[in-house]
Amino acid sequence: MSHSNPSASTAHGHDHGHDHGHHKETFLTKYIFSQDHKMIGKQYLLTGMFMAVVAALLSLLFRLQLGWPEDTFPWLESILGDWAKGGRLDPSFYLALVTMHGTIMVFFVLTAGLSGTFSNLLIPLQIGARDMASPFLNMLSYWIFFLSTVIMLLSLFIESGPAAAGWTIYPPLSALPQAMPGSGLGMTLWLISMTLFIASSLMAALNYITTILNLRTPGMTMTRMPLTVWSFFTTAILGVLSFPVLLSAAVLLIFDRSFGTSFYLSEIFIAGETLNRTGGSPILFQHLFWFLGHPEVYIVLMPALGITSEVIATNARKPIFGYRAMVGSLLGISFLSFIVWGHHMFVTGMNPFLGNVFMILTLVIAVPSAVKTFNYLATLWKGNIRFTPGMLFAIGLVSLFISGGLTGIYLGNAALDINLHDTYFVVAHFHLVMGSASLFGMLAGVYHWYPRMFGRMMNEKLGYLHFWLTFAAVYMVFFPMHFMGIDGVPRRYYNFTGFEYMAEWMDLNRFISISAILGSAAQLIFIWNFFSSMRMGKKAPMNPWNSNTLEWTAPVEHLHGNWPGEIPHVHRWPYDYSRPGASEDFIPQTVKDDDLPEELRKPSVQPVPHHAEKEAVPTETLLFSRLLQALGFRKA
Amino acid sequence: MDATLSRTTGPVRKKNKLHAKEFLLWAFLVSVFMIFAGLTSAVIVRRADGNWLEYVLPSAFWWSTAFVLLSSISLQWSLVQARRDELGKLKLGLVLTLFLGLLFLFSQWVAFQQMVSVGLYLVGNPSTSFLYVITGLHGLHMLSAVVVLFVIFAQVFQYKVHSKNMLSIRLGTLYWHFLGVLWIYLYVFFQLIF
Repeated sequence: MSHSNPSASTAHGHDHGHDHGHHKETFLTKYIFSQDHKMIGKQYLLTGMFMAVVAALLSLLFRLQLGWPEDTFPWLESILGDWAKGGRLDPSFYLALVTMHGTIMVFFVLTAGLSGTFSNLLIPLQIGARDMASPFLNMLSYWIFFLSTVIMLLSLFIESGPAAAGWTIYPPLSALPQAMPGSGLGMTLWLISMTLFIASSLMAALNYITTILNLRTPGMTMTRMPLTVWSFFTTAILGVLSFPVLLSAAVLLIFDRSFGTSFYLSEIFIAGETLNRTGGSPILFQHLFWFLGHPEVYIVLMPALGITSEVIATNARKPIFGYRAMVGSLLGISFLSFIVWGHHMFVTGMNPFLGNVFMILTLVIAVPSAVKTFNYLATLWKGNIRFTPGMLFAIGLVSLFISGGLTGIYLGNAALDINLHDTYFVVAHFHLVMGSASLFGMLAGVYHWYPRMFGRMMNEKLGYLHFWLTFAAVYMVFFPMHFMGIDGVPRRYYNFTGFEYMAEWMDLNRFISISAILGSAAQLIFIWNFFSSMRMGKKAPMNPWNSNTLEWTAPVEHLHGNWPGEIPHVHRWPYDYSRPGASEDFIPQTVKDDDLPEELRKPSVQPVPHHAEKEAVPTETLLFSRLLQALGFRKA
Repeated sequence: MDATLSRTTGPVRKKNKLHAKEFLLWAFLVSVFMIFAGLTSAVIVRRADGNWLEYVLPSAFWWSTAFVLLSSISLQWSLVQARRDELGKLKLGLVLTLFLGLLFLFSQWVAFQQMVSVGLYLVGNPSTSFLYVITGLHGLHMLSAVVVLFVIFAQVFQYKVHSKNMLSIRLGTLYWHFLGVLWIYLYVFFQLIF
């Protein structure tokens, strides 16, 4: 890379106070304890990818059990020892696998790996800042996350096995160390790891919010921010408000486990003895948990939605349709996500009136979600689409968001939930709309910003192969689960051979397992592509996708401070694609109006599409604009 | 139009006059508040389930409240002294505040002793467990604030706190006041609940 040969033209920028990045660097300060947001982003990405591989392997183990419950796999015993005696998984280890798969995917891959990677990489670069508000806190946040990762992985290697109470760790399974093998040391390590994880996410989120509000370059008003930054912003706000509540829940749980209190435990008989616990309520834990848990699914999803907005607009060569509606729907989803947690608890004996309230609020989320879907489709409509691998994954996200979101309308219904609760219908729903959609957003982001991270292009052909295999596998794995769920097949069961009515689903289970194996194998293509392209990929030009946003104006080199000279100033919104009359089909945010032909100057914040010049501005756009003015985000 | 703005590094100061670190602290306070909002909501939810032991709050909590109020006043006074570069009075104010902060923690300890002496232990009815855990968690935060204040106190001797360098004491004061307000919220909450 060119950082070994700093050119004379960049030298004048060094006296502007960002020379702290040019001290003599050791391997340690450059790659390990780096305070450069770009390096921290890569650290998050690599850790996230590693954890994704672990979680995928765990899922293959339990898919093996579900697909071939009667068969034995002697090689399993040589890997897992007593957890697979005689080549068959131990039932409580099966539960541990499900728990760890969920925990790792939700928190370590799709929260830290997705939001951590792209918030770190893109927030400073896209708003024109030299780094985060507190680079040190940023580094600390990664290393605490790393520590929590290590502890979570360590819990896979203890004799009694990792936590097995489900990723939601409902008491009493999580509160009584003697409840099951995984409730002992495994659960303790889970709690320690998650406490560190919460501290790390809080540090990161506080940093993201402060950076976005305080360090925007001149001209970068809130309504000129790329939608990626908006989505990271709302995600960070959700994190700051919801993770502390999970911490409260965990503190009470730790007291129940270790100090004998009864916050979540009521009268319990276990192993023939009566425990000296009284008056606790396991439902209380569910309230506290889901107050985090529901915002958490949007913490997972929203960065993926933001990435998709950016990738789709860039590759459709069109302004994103309804920029303000996109921002408004992010804010709407964020707000609603805090008042719908009860829909996870419809069958806990909740007052039916309360259930109705939660049901209506839940169904209201369909509105901002539909706004986003509509806007994605409208952006694609008549676009000059370039089907890059990143674009395919972004479109894939839209597909999964629709097919997974529709079943949310069923599950949000309190009456239907009596039937569907804890069945494979739920598994199908959240794997499509939260799991796969977010993973697709993450992959879209990796393909799209790979040249920004490593200065080289990923192999497109391998990218297409990876996309189509993954896309097919995701639907082959999760779509059939809807039918099992409607038939009442419960989730988290070790095997279904003991139930006559479930026997007919045996073949389908095997089909799902085979699809899961194929889908996981397809990820090897991606991993190969990712690592080999670092060395062998085509050298990328500075702005390979002809994109408008600021990150493509900074050279890809090891440069703490992002821009060798002055930071770029912003003169327009980020979606000036295909303006009629312009010499090129994109106008970067740094281009001044004065440099454009007369007919293209104003309005620069939200241009009216050329084919709709005569139409009035939609009312909701006006309303939202007023709201932003009232909040001080825009000048009146 | 951007001629007045910093073109190089550093925060872009526009309408938003808050220092980035001050904003960071505010956001942190929001997250601390959410911890206690979560816990106090848990108390309300749990209490509605019945089987809830009612008892009189220990009298030492009155002393805690008095100490925390006085310490906020003395710290605010110290802040004013720092702004006026009156380092002698600043040191006096900080010592007084630190002392009051330690007295607050001590009074919390006394309150726990009072609870134990009438047979209200951590383990037992959730209503007592909640009191111990919530006030204990607040006490831990207060302990961290005492440490922070001690660091600021040490900075005064290195001539790092004065009218041109107010950031650390401003942030420390904000955190201290927040914990004071949080204590009063918790105390009023417990008064209403028990």
